[in-house]
Amino acid sequence: MAFVVPKESFAGKVFPVTIGTEIQETFGGENTLPFHSFEGEIPNRPLIAYEIQDIPPEDWPETVREVYSEVSDDPAKWAKYCVDELKAKAIALRLIGTHPDQKDLSADDAVKVVKEVLEAVKVPLIILGSNHVDKDSEVLVKVAEVAKDRNCIIGKAQEANYKTIAAAAMANGHKLIAMSELDINLSKQLNILITQMGFEKERLITDPMCSALGYGLEYTYSVMERIRLAALAQNDPVMQPPMLADVGMYVWKIKETQASEEDLPEWGSLQERGILWEAVTTASLLLAGAELIIMRHPKAVELVERFIDEMMG
Amino acid sequence: MALSGVEIFKLLPKTNCKKCGFPTCLAFAMKLAQRQTSLDKCPDVSEEAKRILGEASAPPVRPITLGVGDKAVKMGEETVLFRHEKKFVNPTVLALEIKDTDDEARQDQKIEDVLTSEINRVGQLLRVDAICITNESGDAAKFEALAKKVSEKAADVPVIVATEDPEAAKVALGHFSGKNPLLYGVTSENLEAMVSVAKDAKAIVGVKADGLEALSELTEKVKSLGVEDIVIDSGAKKGSQILEHNTLIRRAAIKKNFRPLGYPVINFVQRDDPLYETLLVGLGIAKYASIVVMSSAEKWKNLALFTLRQNIYTDPQVPMQVEQKIYKIGEPTPDSPLLITTNFSLTYFIVSGEIENSKVPAYLAVMDCEGLSVLTAWAAGKFTGAKIANFIKESGIEKELNHRELIIPGYVAILSGAIEEKLEGWKVTVGPREANAIPTFLRSRAA
Ligand code: B12
Ligand code: SF4
Repeated sequence: MAFVVPKESFAGKVFPVTIGTEIQETFGGENTLPFHSFEGEIPNRPLIAYEIQDIPPEDWPETVREVYSEVSDDPAKWAKYCVDELKAKAIALRLIGTHPDQKDLSADDAVKVVKEVLEAVKVPLIILGSNHVDKDSEVLVKVAEVAKDRNCIIGKAQEANYKTIAAAAMANGHKLIAMSELDINLSKQLNILITQMGFEKERLITDPMCSALGYGLEYTYSVMERIRLAALAQNDPVMQPPMLADVGMYVWKIKETQASEEDLPEWGSLQERGILWEAVTTASLLLAGAELIIMRHPKAVELVERFIDEMMG
Repeated sequence: MALSGVEIFKLLPKTNCKKCGFPTCLAFAMKLAQRQTSLDKCPDVSEEAKRILGEASAPPVRPITLGVGDKAVKMGEETVLFRHEKKFVNPTVLALEIKDTDDEARQDQKIEDVLTSEINRVGQLLRVDAICITNESGDAAKFEALAKKVSEKAADVPVIVATEDPEAAKVALGHFSGKNPLLYGVTSENLEAMVSVAKDAKAIVGVKADGLEALSELTEKVKSLGVEDIVIDSGAKKGSQILEHNTLIRRAAIKKNFRPLGYPVINFVQRDDPLYETLLVGLGIAKYASIVVMSSAEKWKNLALFTLRQNIYTDPQVPMQVEQKIYKIGEPTPDSPLLITTNFSLTYFIVSGEIENSKVPAYLAVMDCEGLSVLTAWAAGKFTGAKIANFIKESGIEKELNHRELIIPGYVAILSGAIEEKLEGWKVTVGPREANAIPTFLRSRAA
C-alpha cells in the first residue's frame, strides 16, 4: 500500500483583521486549520495583548500582581511598561472599575483613562468593559468616541447590549468583539444580529467565551474547533471572523493559580504552576483556533510566543 | 472500511437459530455494524466470514496495551479527529525519560518522581504512566544497569526501552520479561535483528523512520515479520512537524483506513526548559499522540498536564458526574450543617474538598442536574426552588437532623425565597459564592 498524503484544503478563509493606526497589527487571514501551514496559507501570527486595567489589580493573585506592583496604580504607566519593558504588541485595557460591584466608576472616568492610555502608547488598543451589560453600553459608547479613528477593538458586545455597542464601534471606526456563552449557535446568531445592523463582518472578532484549564477548557476548545471548521469547511461567512481567547481573567482566579505549596504540596511550586496554567490554557486554545489572546503574566506570554515561533516555522 | 449491516448479513449462516441472542441473523448483523455486539456470539459463523469481518471491523488505530497489572495503559482505538465528534478513547501516555548517562542520583530522583506523581483530580487518579529508559551512552552494560534499577525500584511501572542496538535491547529487555514493554528504536537499518529481539522478549515494537512514507514502508516490513503490535515515530521533533505528522497519520488511518499508519503514535518532545516543554507535551495530548516522552516530571508540570489530558479526553456529550445522594463529610451529627450543590464532578469535588478543609463535619446534598455546574444548572432550569425542595424531602435527610437549615451556593442566592416557600419549616442560608470561602464560612458559624 503506497502512502498518499491526505491533505485537505478548504474553500473558506478567516478574515484578516488589522488594528491600530501608527503601529498596526494584523491577525487572522488563514485558509487552513491552526498551524496547518503544510496544507494552506497562514499569513499572520496570532496576536497576544497584555491585559491592564483602570484600577489597581487587587484581586489578581500575588504571582502576577507583583510583576506590575510599580506601575499598576496608573493605567498609562502600566501600558507604557508593557510596551517598553515587556515589548507588548498590543494592550487590552479592561475598565473593570466601572462595574457596579467594583468601584462603579463613571463613563467619564473611563474616558479619562482611555485618553491617557492612548496618549501613552502607540501600539493597538483593545478596550474592554466590565462585562456588566447595562454599564457596558453606557461606558463603551463614550470611550469609543474618545478613541475615534484610532482603529481600536471595542468589547464586548453581548446579546443583551450589542445594539448600542456595535453602533458606537461603527460610528467611530473600531473593530468589535461579539461574545456569547460557549455555544456555536449562539455565537453565530449574535454575529448575524450585529451584521444585520450594517456592521461589516470583516470588522468582527468572535469571543465564544473562554474558560481555564480544568474549569471548562474542553468546552471552549471544542466550540472554537467547531467555529473554525464552520468557517473553513462549510465556508460560512458569519463564522469567519477571527476568534478571541480572553485567557488571563479566567486563569488568574482559580485555585490552581493561588493555592500555596504549603497547603497543597502535591501541586508543586505556586510560581511555576500559575505561569504554566496561563501558558497551557493559551497554547491549547491556539491549537483550537484562537487568533487574538489576552494574557497577564509576561513569562507566560514569553512561553507562548516561543511556542508560536515553533509552530509557525 | 467498516461493513454495512447488509454486507455483514451476507456472511452469516442465515439460519436464524437465535443462539446469538438475537431473533434473526439480520438483527445480529445490524447490531454488529453498530459495534454493539461481537462476532463471537454466533457459534456457527464460518472461518472465512471471521477473517473478512475481523479485518473489516479492526479499529482504524490498533489497540495496544503497554505494561501489565493495575498500571497497564491502553493506547490506540481512536475513531475521530475532533473531540466534539466523539470521545477520544485512550488518554495519552505520559512517559518520563531516564538516560543511562544521567548520574545515579538523577536516575533515582526521576524514578522517585514517577512513583510519587499520582494526584487525585475530580475523582480520577492520575499519574506519570511510564518510564522510558534511553541508551544514550551506546554502552550495553550501562544500559542494562539502568534497566535493572528501574525494574527493581519501579517494578509495576510500564517501560519503554529505547535503543537502536539489538545487543543493548536484549540485555535490557531481559529485566522486563512478562511486563509487556515497548522496544523503541527499530529502524530500516537494524530491522531484522531488533524485531527478533522484540519477539523473543514479547515486546511491543516501536519503529522510527524519517517521514511518513518511510514510516509506512517500515511498518509493512515489521508486520511481514509477524509483528502486530507496533508503535510509530515519524521522526518529528519540532512542534510544527509533530502537528503535521500526527494529523496526517490520524487522517490516513481514520479517513482512508490506511493500515500501515493505523498504530499508536509516540512523540519525543524533550526541551531545555521544563516550563516550555510542557507546552509541547500539551501539543501531543491535544493532537493525537498516544505516548509523549518528556524529560522531567515536576509536580506543577504534572498537574497541568494531567488536567489538560483529562479535559481533552472527557466525553463531550456527557459531563463527568457523581451520584445523587447526601454525602457525609467527616463524621456529621444531627446538629451538623447541611449544604447543597449539583452533581457536576468538578463542582462536587471542589465543594467537598473545601468542606473537608474546614474540618467542620457536614452533610452535602448533591442533586442530580445532569452533570451541570451550579450556575449552568440554574440557567438551564434544573436547579430550581421546587426541584431542590423535592429532592430534600425525598432524600429522607430530615429524619437525621435536629435542625431545618439548608445552606445554598452564593451564586444562586436568588433561590432562597422559592426554596423556603416549597420546603415548609425550613430556613435557607446563603453561603459564599466561591467554594474557597467555605472553610471560613463554616468555621465562623461553628464558633
Ligand atoms: C462550562 C459552562 C457551560 C457548559 C456546561 C458545563 C457543566 N458541566 O456544567 C455548557 C457549554 C454545556 C453550558 C451551557 C449553558 N450555560 Co454555561 N457556563 C459554563 C461556564 C463557562 C463554567 C461553568 C463551570 O464549569 N464552573 C465551574 C463550577 C465548579 O462552578 P460551580 O458549579 O458554580 O461551583 C462553584 C460555586 O458555585 C461554588 N459552589 C458550588 N456549590 C456550592 C455549594 C455551596 C453550599 C456553596 C457555599 C458554594 C458552592 O463553588 C464552586 C467553585 O467556587 C460558566 C461561566 C463561568 N466561567 O463560570 C457558564 C455559565 C454558568 N453558563 C451560563 C449559561 C447562561 C448557560 C446556558 C443557559 C446558555 C448556553 N450557552 O446555552 C447553557 C445551559 C445548559 C443547558 N443544558 O441548557 C451562564 C449562567 C448565567 C447566570 N449568571 O446564571 C454562565 C455563568 C456564563 C455567563 N453568563 O457568564 N455552560
Ligand atoms: S447465532 Fe448466528 S446463525 Fe444463529 S441467528 Fe445468530 S447470527 Fe444467525
